[in-house]
Amino acid sequence: MKKDWPLWEVFIRSKSGLSHKHVGSLHATDEVMAIENARDVYTRRNEGVSIWVVESKYITASDPDDSDPFFEPAKDKVYRHPTFYDVPDEIKHM
Amino acid sequence: MTHLNLEDQFQAKIDAETKIEPKDWMPEAYRKTLIRQISQHAHSEIVGMLPEGNWITRAPSLRRKLILLAKVQDEAGHGLYLYSAAETLGANRDELVQQLLTGKAKYSSIFNYPTTSWADIGAIGWLVDGAAIMNQVMLTRASYGPYARAMVRICKEESFHQRQGYEIMMTMAKGSPAQKQMAQDALNRWWWPSLMMFGPKDDDSAHSEQSMKWKIKRKSNDELRQQFVDVTVPQAEYLGLTIPDPDLQWNEDRGHYDFGEINWEEFWNVVKGNGPCNRQRIQARVKAYEDGAWVREAAVAYAEKKDQRKLVSPKAQAEAA
Ligand SMILES: [Fe+2]
Ligand SMILES: [Fe+2]
Repeated sequence: MKKDWPLWEVFIRSKSGLSHKHVGSLHATDEVMAIENARDVYTRRNEGVSIWVVESKYITASDPDDSDPFFEPAKDKVYRHPTFYDVPDEIKHM
Repeated sequence: MTHLNLEDQFQAKIDAETKIEPKDWMPEAYRKTLIRQISQHAHSEIVGMLPEGNWITRAPSLRRKLILLAKVQDEAGHGLYLYSAAETLGANRDELVQQLLTGKAKYSSIFNYPTTSWADIGAIGWLVDGAAIMNQVMLTRASYGPYARAMVRICKEESFHQRQGYEIMMTMAKGSPAQKQMAQDALNRWWWPSLMMFGPKDDDSAHSEQSMKWKIKRKSNDELRQQFVDVTVPQAEYLGLTIPDPDLQWNEDRGHYDFGEINWEEFWNVVKGNGPCNRQRIQARVKAYEDGAWVREAAVAYAEKKDQRKLVSPKAQAEAA
């Protein structure tokens, strides 16, 4: 009987101090195989010091069709950025 | 406010160089074109391992063997990145593989030529990977995000492929007269099929125009082919080898090399399945798929058994660990 192997998303920390970043996906039957395959597929040239894998079905994403209204609340709040404020020339450091 | 329909909005995004991501709305034809192109590309990487794999056990030194192994392993990786990219469009991995095995899907015709001498490994790295790089560098800017990102990764790995091939050619071209002759013979056999890798002439290319409009491609087949000839001729001259084209000549006015007409009859013949190794290549893939079936099934059975155990007694599991 044929069964598709589940899909996993792969995240790699390229070096200590940096966050894990999504690099792609792969198929594996379980988490051990997913980690080992991720090493062989995505880090053949020392691209990572740590790997996370998560089955793709567990990822919840925001809806791209809805992204304009969804991110709208942040758009008119320019006062959250430092460039919104005038600092007098006399003040050298702020 | 102007009302744009979905298709116009999509094209406006493309024109503004905004990348398309998997869950974004896209025309069905864009999706289909990409699935076809990306999966063909993936199949090419996978089938492309066969002609070179032929020489792993017969590499002339341990150094060459290690390098060739690493290169062929990279090609397997390229295939996997690309299958994953195709899956983001809703394609199913196993269906894609079936399309390759049943001959429904195409792959690059270059891999239907045999590798009859060690020099062919040099010529493949230099010319075949060289031609592939030209195409893939362009594709790093493709409008579909996952495809473009896979290409960035692939291009980083490809440049060693071409260099190791050129190194083999240099060694042989500077070797004994017999070795130099082998290198020349390999160039003679791989030159024209390499030019064919860029596909039919622009006038005869069925999908080109729409793909350019969608910015999947950014250069036409003929542009890429010309670019390849222009950079490769000096490389052949450096080797002291002769490109097998009596019409090859620098054209001062155009600022490009003129070159002879490709044998399009041969091109279409190989595309249609009648190249020297078409059947052998597919047979090798089918055999690998069938021979590996028990491994795939055993892995699924093992994972299911483990899951069962977790359900029965999570605590016992934790203690055993
Ligand atoms: Fe490749
Ligand atoms: Fe390559």
